[in-house]
Amino acid sequence: MTSLDKTTPLLWVRGVRKAFDTNVVLSSMDLEVGNGECTVLIGASGSGKSTLLRCINLLEVVDDGVIEFDGEDITDPRADANQIRAKIGIVFQAFNLFPHLRVIDNVTLARRRVHRIGREQAEAEALAMLDRVGLREKAHARPDELSGGQQQRVAIARALVNKPRLMLFDEVTSALDPELVGEVLALIKDVRDEGTTMLLATHEMGFAKQAADRVCFLDGGRVLESGPPEQVLGDPREARTRQFLSRIIDAGRL
Amino acid sequence: MSDWQPSALQLEREAYRKRRSLRSGWVAFGSTVVVLAVVGLVVTNSPGWPAFRHSFLDFRVGWHDLPGLFDALWTNVQIMVVAEILILVFATGIAVVRTLQGPVFFPLRVLATIYTDVFRGMPLLIVLYLVVYGLPSLRTSWLPQSPFVLGTLALTLTYTAYNAEVLRAGILSVHPSQRAAARSLGLSHPQTLRYVVFPQAVRRVLPALLNDFVSLQKDTSLVSIGSVLEIALQAENDASRDFLFVHYVMAGLIFVALTVPLTRYTDYLAIKRGWYGAGGGVV
Repeated sequence: MTSLDKTTPLLWVRGVRKAFDTNVVLSSMDLEVGNGECTVLIGASGSGKSTLLRCINLLEVVDDGVIEFDGEDITDPRADANQIRAKIGIVFQAFNLFPHLRVIDNVTLARRRVHRIGREQAEAEALAMLDRVGLREKAHARPDELSGGQQQRVAIARALVNKPRLMLFDEVTSALDPELVGEVLALIKDVRDEGTTMLLATHEMGFAKQAADRVCFLDGGRVLESGPPEQVLGDPREARTRQFLSRIIDAGRL
Repeated sequence: MSDWQPSALQLEREAYRKRRSLRSGWVAFGSTVVVLAVVGLVVTNSPGWPAFRHSFLDFRVGWHDLPGLFDALWTNVQIMVVAEILILVFATGIAVVRTLQGPVFFPLRVLATIYTDVFRGMPLLIVLYLVVYGLPSLRTSWLPQSPFVLGTLALTLTYTAYNAEVLRAGILSVHPSQRAAARSLGLSHPQTLRYVVFPQAVRRVLPALLNDFVSLQKDTSLVSIGSVLEIALQAENDASRDFLFVHYVMAGLIFVALTVPLTRYTDYLAIKRGWYGAGGGVV
């Protein structure tokens, strides 16, 4: 199979199960993300959004099921996890920047050590990427000198600079105050418009409505309902989805 | 959810992982055996091996002196326990003093700093000579004269300086946000230190504290310079009587046997209580 094969999705999750002790977080997860598609995962806390993203990035080992990425079974224990991770970018809720490195070194670390690109070229690429997220002048700052929104933009730059085939976003605006949410979401939308395939877990329903090709509502460790945003968010079929959305509306987030 | 059965694919994966970990286990075991065998062959084929074995490894002779060594070990254990308790108390005090802010505490801070600088810098053996021989030579009536007490005091002085620095590093490594959170609840500065900062600091530096404790255990032998009959001196007496070194080897092995369980227990405790961060993940 090749990555240009339009009939197979770039990411194909089939029957994935993941439990922590007795807590079954993913029970039988099925999901497909096509090339260039933006899929948004919504659902209550504990519905398995983060766990699914962590499983896809091989930060968790699945208990059963298959995750195929770019035509390869990445849940196979024989697969080279580092090589797969090098093709997938992830942005975390708490930024997870390396506090002992300057911004530019955060961005060039994987470029130089994993992708084996020379320092000069890596720094040129990093500066271009920082320019793109509007933080070129902060290249030599330390992460703790930046605001939350700036830190998260650096984290996005750190992932994007490796030109990943798939970007994962794990509630990337949840730790930001409302004024800073906008700058991060605008950046993600830019990235999406360039055709980067992405899978996002978020509570920002407004963003899901504008940017998603498809919205999946996760409940009880599986995808309960999925479809275009106007259908899932505007006219959900499942009672559980309606209940979730009405709570979100009550909380003033839609 | 209890009705879940792993799929054939999952069973195959688990079997593969098991095979692989078994294989790495065997590779590790095999390479260890090979290395030990090579070292053993090199040593036993060296020209001086028979003489070495006679002097250092004749445990048939050493065996009879084992009870005497254990009797002497009791002295080391006493010194070690008393010293460690004093060390932890004083080191905590000095570490706290050194982290106090504000001009009021300036003299205290300076004293604490001078203390750690001096006793961390001065070789333990010299401190022992000064305390064990120097203090009695002052001929004061109220100072203790016992080399056991004075030796313990010297060890305490030196190791307090080391441990104070370890604890201070731990206190400084606790993020300021923790202090802010505690103060925001109305806790006073000492309360913040006692209930929030210090417990986190100790967890963080536990391996380093343990390191110093093990080091202290061994250094209790240096108290023998004051003719305190502890295990190293006992071994020396036995060795010079028999013209053999096996007693030293046995004393050394007893020290190892003393420290290993403690180290393992501390690691176990720290992992069980999650003191070493998340750890143990797949990445």
